Amino acid sequence: MRLSYPTNVKIIKVPCTGRVDAVTVLKSFESGVDGVYLAGCEIGDCHFIKGNIRAKKRVVYMKELLKEVGLEPERVEMYHIATSDGPRFAQVAKEMTEKIRALGPSPVRGPEKTEEAKEVFEA
Amino acid sequence: MIVGNRKPLEEIQEMIKPYKKILILGCRECITVCAAGGEREVAVLASELKLSRTKEGREIEIKEFTLERQCDYEYIDQIKPFVDEYEAVVSMACGAGIQYTAERFPQKIVLPAINTTFLGVTLEQGVWSERCQGCGDCVLHLTGGICPVARCAKSLFNGPCGGSSNGKCEVNKDTDCAWQLIVDRLKTLGQLDRYEDIIPAKDWKPSREGGPRVRIREDLRLD
Repeated sequence: MRLSYPTNVKIIKVPCTGRVDAVTVLKSFESGVDGVYLAGCEIGDCHFIKGNIRAKKRVVYMKELLKEVGLEPERVEMYHIATSDGPRFAQVAKEMTEKIRALGPSPVRGPEKTEEAKEVFEA
Repeated sequence: MIVGNRKPLEEIQEMIKPYKKILILGCRECITVCAAGGEREVAVLASELKLSRTKEGREIEIKEFTLERQCDYEYIDQIKPFVDEYEAVVSMACGAGIQYTAERFPQKIVLPAINTTFLGVTLEQGVWSERCQGCGDCVLHLTGGICPVARCAKSLFNGPCGGSSNGKCEVNKDTDCAWQLIVDRLKTLGQLDRYEDIIPAKDWKPSREGGPRVRIREDLRLD
């Protein structure tokens, strides 16, 4: 399909979104990311039956944690995208990038990472 | 098991405000099972604190450590080699564990990250419910295996009261009336005649009325 999506999206492969827990996401914010989204299978299509539903619930919990820390809860999202749906994958990557760009750099980046981020956000 | 809740982050942040180097101490017993203060919750709290401190522009160094139990000194003493490197210990055990850690290290500031709530059971993954209040004089043989002390809002020994409606308690419509449960269970057991027996006023001395309790088994003592 040769679809393009924003280069700032870094993919971390997991066997199922059900594998992703709050610690993983919090740690990625510690490492300086501005947002995280989980791209799981469509509801009802989980190979492990409920992995994507569990992930969806965990994202609600993660949003609460982000709020506690003082970050915008919108910095973490759950999407359900069919494995075969390339165009939707690219569209979500764009959508999330725009959303995070509007929110600005994560306020919990270290000072040196904030400088780096400014360049990316202002580009 | 002992069930507890993690305190809100704000409260913990306030407690650790003066410190730059802390040890977060989890417990692998009950508080792990009720998903409040085990290894994972220790990691979540550590990460939350690091993120919020970075946001404030203040540094913090955190060590995460989870003990087998915080209610036995042999385990608590495992932190002895390194505890002095930290300004304060944030304990994620139940109230017993937090106090015992503080007792073992009298010079150390030990702070609670858990609100200990009750002795209970797991109804389903993620749902816990109170069952026992540790009153020290069990009456479950009289009440069809359902505790009137812990499960009746008034701890009535001869219930139900007038607040029981359609099997629910007037205190909270989601709470079952303990005495309705008792009657139903006695019926199932074919012991409804027991319901006619008046249970005399309870002696609360074995409960908290006599102050903190100690249990001793002389045959097990080493000295």
